[in-house]
Amino acid sequence: SPNEHKLNFKKSKEACLSYIQDALLQKQWKRAAEFLTCYVESLEKDYSREHIGPSEMIWRIGTEILWHHSQSSMKEFNCFMEQMKTLGVKRYLKVCLEHVFHLLCNGQIDEAYQNLSLAESWRFGEQTAIQDKEMKLIQAYRGLLDYCSWSKQKNILLEHGEDGFSDLAAEQEMHGYFRKAAVNLKEIIKIPGVWDEFVKCYVDLLEFYGDHNEARQVLNEYAYNSKFPANPNAHVYLYQFLKRQGESKKSLISALKILHDIVPSHELMIDFNTMLQKSKKRKKRRLGLEVIFAALDYAGWKENAKAWSCLAKQVKQIVISEKHLDWIQQEWNSRKDWWPAFHFSRYLAKRNWQENTSLSYEKALVAGILLGKDCKYFKYVSHQGCKAQLKRFRMLKKFVNRHNPVYLRISG
Amino acid sequence: RDFNECCAQCSEVNWGLTDGGRFYCRSCHNVTERTREVVNTDFITNSRVQTISKGLRKQEKNDGGCEWYICEGFQLVLKKQVEALEALGVCPQMKDEILCNFWRCYLQKSKQAYCKRPAGETVKALSVCESSTDMDSDPERPSLLHLLSLSESEGDLQTDCSFASSVSKVSESTSVYSGSVDGSLYLMKNQKEKLRMTMPMTLSFCYMALLWVREPITLSELLRFVVEGHIPYLNVFQHFPEKMKLCGLDLKIFCVESWPVYEEVFNKMHELAAFLDLPRFPDITESCFLHPDMLCMKYLMEANLPDELHDWTCRVVKKIGIGEVDFLTLMPGNKSTRKVKYDVLAAAVIVVVLKLLFLLDDHYEWLLSEFAEERNKNNTEVCMFYSGGPYFEFKKWYEVVKHSLDVKQKKLDEERAKYLWRCEKPLFYSVKNKSKVLKRRQMVVNLQNQFGKLSGSVQRAEKPNPSSFQLSWSEENTDGSCFHGHSLKGILQEKCGLLTAMNPDYWLCTVKLCNEKLCGHLAHYREVEFPQSYHFVLGLFSFLLRIQPSYIHDEVCMIEHKLFNKKLCKKLKYNTVLRK
Repeated sequence: SPNEHKLNFKKSKEACLSYIQDALLQKQWKRAAEFLTCYVESLEKDYSREHIGPSEMIWRIGTEILWHHSQSSMKEFNCFMEQMKTLGVKRYLKVCLEHVFHLLCNGQIDEAYQNLSLAESWRFGEQTAIQDKEMKLIQAYRGLLDYCSWSKQKNILLEHGEDGFSDLAAEQEMHGYFRKAAVNLKEIIKIPGVWDEFVKCYVDLLEFYGDHNEARQVLNEYAYNSKFPANPNAHVYLYQFLKRQGESKKSLISALKILHDIVPSHELMIDFNTMLQKSKKRKKRRLGLEVIFAALDYAGWKENAKAWSCLAKQVKQIVISEKHLDWIQQEWNSRKDWWPAFHFSRYLAKRNWQENTSLSYEKALVAGILLGKDCKYFKYVSHQGCKAQLKRFRMLKKFVNRHNPVYLRISG
Repeated sequence: RDFNECCAQCSEVNWGLTDGGRFYCRSCHNVTERTREVVNTDFITNSRVQTISKGLRKQEKNDGGCEWYICEGFQLVLKKQVEALEALGVCPQMKDEILCNFWRCYLQKSKQAYCKRPAGETVKALSVCESSTDMDSDPERPSLLHLLSLSESEGDLQTDCSFASSVSKVSESTSVYSGSVDGSLYLMKNQKEKLRMTMPMTLSFCYMALLWVREPITLSELLRFVVEGHIPYLNVFQHFPEKMKLCGLDLKIFCVESWPVYEEVFNKMHELAAFLDLPRFPDITESCFLHPDMLCMKYLMEANLPDELHDWTCRVVKKIGIGEVDFLTLMPGNKSTRKVKYDVLAAAVIVVVLKLLFLLDDHYEWLLSEFAEERNKNNTEVCMFYSGGPYFEFKKWYEVVKHSLDVKQKKLDEERAKYLWRCEKPLFYSVKNKSKVLKRRQMVVNLQNQFGKLSGSVQRAEKPNPSSFQLSWSEENTDGSCFHGHSLKGILQEKCGLLTAMNPDYWLCTVKLCNEKLCGHLAHYREVEFPQSYHFVLGLFSFLLRIQPSYIHDEVCMIEHKLFNKKLCKKLKYNTVLRK
């Protein structure tokens, strides 16, 4: 078409934007600024017809540039944000929020708080659904900052308390922060979403003032309400709370069970296994074995001596008792094809021995049982250990030799 | 021009024209009372024109503005443009005699001045400040939206959206306004009859004047100078005097948001020439810059091609008769002859010559290049000196030119992305959004300052001086990057005392030409269908002339068909490769 190459305003600005994009991706802030300078006149033709209009572009691009550019200062940044706030009524709250985030990143808590308060009191026309959400977020963050103030105040008072001072006014202030924080935090965690920090802070407040029921309810909601997205942290928080409250092993275990289902490699699996091993119920002990094996499936656990010691302990116990060898067999069945190369190679034997004898000890025990006394790993480590005249390695060697038939049964 | 009396004061015969249409002596600046009597007796000085030039008009507007008509605005634009051309070295007659006359002729023919006002056409003085509520009763009053939709989108003013949206909030009965007196009427007029004036058309006027005087500026150069800022076009309205307030519909007329397109300006120029009933333009002869022989020489130099190719371009030009005076000279209103695009034509001739000599089938030219390379290796420098330069190697040329072209193209692309379209003078459709516009403008300026400082040491370079050559190659460069002096002897042979190309083949771009009137083109250029070398060559000239490669392709097809006319008629409907 004859108009295809007609160079006009719109095409020129589109090209300009793509140059900005390239510059941003390559972190060439000066160049991005150069092209942005040419782009800003699009504002004079911004009528918000497009999905993302010039004002939003300028806001976002400008923010990136000012945040990263070496010659830009916080003052300039703030000045820019204030201008952006005036650019579009619909965007005002969003810009405020993002501005607040940047201020927080820069450690300017007070300014952030002021901005939040200002934004909270802003009203324009009818509140749309989106503005409603944004307003809630603003209130939530203000609540968070109130919590921070509360926490600071609390620490001050605790220090003074040790010195024997009691400051009524300061206490009242602290309580004031608590009230403000609690109101907003409670509101936001009602909405399905991921509110980890908010929940933690809220629960902290509740615990301090002794409202454990409310805390428990909040955490249960957060962890078990299906409307909320699946969040491992929710279960962690619940577990930690229950532990603090001295709840029964039964409830602790049920809290961690779900965590194991969602994130088998979670660091709490060690605690979990430890609890389960000690249980009198057979099912629980069985589960414990499953849990520790599952955790060690993950590369991040390969060198975790504690995890290996858990596994070793349980395996040893089973072998000695000669009961439930089939448990080991079941767990090993799906792993025997790849665990040897994954955990028990000769290279790893050497390395583990060099870097961490305890780790190699625990692993050697497991290897010896699962793979027999002739396996590479066990042979190397036990040999090294005996050479180094370490007693426990000699004991280990004896143990494995004695129980070698077990290996034959397992692998059978 | 026709005023031959001696000046009363200094006895010289050296007359110019004031804005008021009076003769003044250029030597002593004596102003006479004689107003211009044009050759064409149809000109009757219109009282309104006199009124305007004497400055008698309603001055009592609230905002310090005055009445002004759209054509006055265009007159100012043209004045600025032609002054810029003068600064570029164009002869001064162009302003006072040529363009002036063209313009007055146009005003008369389009009945905007110099004639009796046609009956029934009353111009209501709609001022910015008037918001006539008594317009309610007038159902004939076109609505704002209607007017906006009527006019062509010669500038894709996205401000329409704002305008429309802000209007929709106001009642239908708001009057249609513009800063000018006849802005709304202007947009409403049936343009078929009267060739309504537009911004691109100002360039058509300029080009027409340039052509009349046979100045050595082609249309592509003119447009390039416009884009480079040497000739006012974008935002030229900011030079309007303060009292000419621009707003509302005036913006639609004077504010352009796109660069003019070659075709558009070219076609309009021809329409204009016919509309003005101009006689045959001054002859384009062999000594004219616009003659293909001259232009080919220029473009060959610019394309870094051997001078020896010039013989070939001349031969082609002669063979197909495009160097004839009657072919080249513009005869307005003659619908049968094809309008000549001098620059595109010359470029196309070079392309055809390259095809003749090198075939450009992505094969043969590289083969020839290898031979040349061999010969160059074996020759000593002394040999070369005597036999007139090294053998021309297509491959080397390609590499050198492509490199430079890529660099320039990249620079051009960046410049295009960095154009600043707006100017200081604020534009607003109505008083209502004036404050918003001013606020926005202020913010834009602030942001430009803020980010401008962060741009590092990159200073907006001063406008480079306008130059006729975009690529230049110097023979003094010892790196061998200039090919002007290279020889074509490796690819030529003598036959019957005539030098012919060794290449025996030729491929036609198209076997059948399209009907230009029906589909707008002689041929259709689709990149996938042609060899890469052909693309490259088209691309080179496309860059130099700043036009689409398809236009050059059209001309190439036209030339080829003239060149091989006999052979085409005779046979080979299905064979596209011809033996010469």
